[in-house]
Amino acid sequence: MVRLALVSQDAPGARERAVMLDGVRITFDLAGGGTYEAVDTVHLAVEEHEFVAIVGPTGCGKSTLLNAAAGLLKPSAGTVRIFGEPLSGLNRRAGYLFQQDSLMPWKTALENVAIGLEVAGTPAREARDRARDWLGRVGLGAFCERYPHMLSGGQRKRVGLAQVLIRDPKILFMDEPFGPLDAQTRLIMGDLLLSLWSTDKKAVMFVTHDLEEAIALADRVVIMSAGPAARIIGDYRIPLARPRDIAEIKLDPQFHEAHREIWHALKEEVLKGYRQGDRS
Amino acid sequence: MSRTFLLLLQVLVAVVIVLLWHVASSTGLFGDPKTIRFFFSTPVDVVTRIGTWFAGGTIWYHLGITLLESALAFGLGSVGGVVIGFWFARRPMLAAVFDPYVKAANALPRVVLAPIFALWLGLGIWSKVALGITLVFFIVFFNVYQGVKEVSPAVLANARMLGMNERQLLRHVYLPSALSWMFSSLHTSVGFAVVGAVVGEYLGSSAGLGYLIHQAEGVFDVTGVFAGMFVLMAFVILIDWIVTKVENRLLIWRPRPATAAG
Repeated sequence: MVRLALVSQDAPGARERAVMLDGVRITFDLAGGGTYEAVDTVHLAVEEHEFVAIVGPTGCGKSTLLNAAAGLLKPSAGTVRIFGEPLSGLNRRAGYLFQQDSLMPWKTALENVAIGLEVAGTPAREARDRARDWLGRVGLGAFCERYPHMLSGGQRKRVGLAQVLIRDPKILFMDEPFGPLDAQTRLIMGDLLLSLWSTDKKAVMFVTHDLEEAIALADRVVIMSAGPAARIIGDYRIPLARPRDIAEIKLDPQFHEAHREIWHALKEEVLKGYRQGDRS
Repeated sequence: MSRTFLLLLQVLVAVVIVLLWHVASSTGLFGDPKTIRFFFSTPVDVVTRIGTWFAGGTIWYHLGITLLESALAFGLGSVGGVVIGFWFARRPMLAAVFDPYVKAANALPRVVLAPIFALWLGLGIWSKVALGITLVFFIVFFNVYQGVKEVSPAVLANARMLGMNERQLLRHVYLPSALSWMFSSLHTSVGFAVVGAVVGEYLGSSAGLGYLIHQAEGVFDVTGVFAGMFVLMAFVILIDWIVTKVENRLLIWRPRPATAAG
């Protein structure tokens, strides 16, 4: 019995497509001459209100793909469409939570969260009030005046989440955001992310190397092969009901079935990818 | 080691040195005290001289002049360093073209410029300020340049994604980063501002601590030289203390290096 349907990219979506990567290829010029192909022709659509996790081995070009969708990087070939419009320059409708520490160390938690509104022209007072509110929502109401170095890794990620979400982006890019955190903190952050996401269900592209995390969080899990020339080798719908509790859901038989099926395919595809790599 | 014990040891060093000095200049233990007095003066004489200066009030005028020169040199040199450092860091082409000239100018021992500045700007305060600027400018310039260049790419990308335009990036990302580098070199640049002022005064002026020391040397007044040196030391320590206070205030966001428990 196959529960998981492979997603066809060509199927006409009932909902609008928030992100559409159409034949995106990304190559880098190497310092010693020649080029390195990081991502090979990727077709990927993320619908509005859809939570898509992209899973692949570390260094497979997942982050590169995300940067292309965010407009931080121009693809060598193919187009990026955001709500149907070709992307040029930065993706202004997206928020991006980075893997590395990216808070401004010279600003307090409150200032870091408020800055996204302030630069958009919101009066400072109002921006601060809303930032305080957002810090409360991520559970850091008592830490407004702390500087990033006075916060733990998990707390910094919470500030980062508030910093991104306060601007109310229509699309959310997350690049292994909980990667550096310990296992317990990751669970808590996952639950926090889902509860915040459930209020307005932004389109999410969530990059991770952790298949369990991907299944627990996402509506759809996209598998990428190992680089160089990484491509998409699997695309699965996750039928688990929402709201989800990350710790609980890992005990759900459906979770195990999804995990087993994706892992099975992933393993075969990865091995196939290796064999192809050997031939060329 | 407790703070008081440390302070006690520090004071002890001064006491021992002054005591040795006193013994050498008033007894025959280390040779003829008359000769030693001629070359080193005596602690009592030096303290008396400093007392006279402060009691008479003349020293305040000289201190004021040196302070003014140092402050102007620091202020103008810093502003120049920040502006040019920023400009070069944001225009790699410009930086590449001027690179050998910046290095050449920085390699020049600034003392040789003092007579030229005196010629150009006269014996007033501005020739000293100019000398101080040439010292302060390069320290600030190199630090600001580095600070702009070394902004974390993640912080920069994040700021861009948060919707900042170039001007806002300058204000919220590049400038704070550059200033933090500049502040971390505050002790050096303030110290150099004072050096520029005093050396300038020493080489030709009519006021200031450097002038005072130079005058005393001219008439073999060793007591005056030592008195001037001690006032200068106290002046520099006071300024350094103020700089530390300012630094702690401005760099509050920085993680403090872990200090060993005393």
